[in-house]
Amino acid sequence: MDEQDIQVLIDGTVHYFHRSLDKTAAVGTPYLIEDKQRISSDYTGVIGISGVRKGSVYFTAPSAMLRHILMTHGESQIDSDFMADVVGEVANTISGNARKVFGQEFIISVPTVFAGKPDYTRFRFSDRSFVIPIHWRQYHAALVVSID
Amino acid sequence: MKLLVVDDSHFIRNRISRAVAVHKIDSVITAPNGMEALRLFQKEEPDLVTMDITMPGLDGIACTSAMVRLNPKVLILVVSAVADKATAIRALKQGANGFLLKPFSDEEINDSLTELLRGGGHG
Repeated sequence: MDEQDIQVLIDGTVHYFHRSLDKTAAVGTPYLIEDKQRISSDYTGVIGISGVRKGSVYFTAPSAMLRHILMTHGESQIDSDFMADVVGEVANTISGNARKVFGQEFIISVPTVFAGKPDYTRFRFSDRSFVIPIHWRQYHAALVVSID
Repeated sequence: MKLLVVDDSHFIRNRISRAVAVHKIDSVITAPNGMEALRLFQKEEPDLVTMDITMPGLDGIACTSAMVRLNPKVLILVVSAVADKATAIRALKQGANGFLLKPFSDEEINDSLTELLRGGGHG
């Protein structure tokens, strides 16, 4: 992925949080992690990417942030299943929206969600991954883009 | 009128169910995947459907096509994150009546359903 491609996902992340939450959500400066470095928070949603590009996109966030997101949307059932559901939906929506630019050959899987430490061995990753930090209120999450 | 909400995300199913404030809709039922959606579609005979595309098993486009074959008058609003034009066209060709991109606001889902009811179905 080149800089322009990463910008598509950065813009998509900003769009998602501004539309879903409020304009106080901000994206930090993206940075690179290499080799087998992975990051994870309390919940993680992974989307497998296939077609003309191959790899994974994942969103990882602390449970306090996910609880707050659920409450913001008026959800009364705030439990582990729903928090896992939200991380999957965030990863799915940002990846799906990227098809507007990347086209239908940017094929996305259904989300796989993890509570706690994710089993990343089941997914394909690039040697280099871009981490897009996300800040909302007092919470910090990240979208990680690892595509060849 | 009866609305069937089809989405593999429980969070989204609840969001749409809570948001719906179109006065003609008096009943909302939900399905977490395409197969369950088809079962409920035949049993409950909804007038309106909101349909996700990316779901495990039977995806939203195949499910739309099957529903339109069963009832050509059903109104189907695709509500999906998949943003490319080709997918939207494919859904419309299979019989969907409208397309709403995720993420959406409560107002947008209601506006889209109202528009769908105004526009009518396949006849």
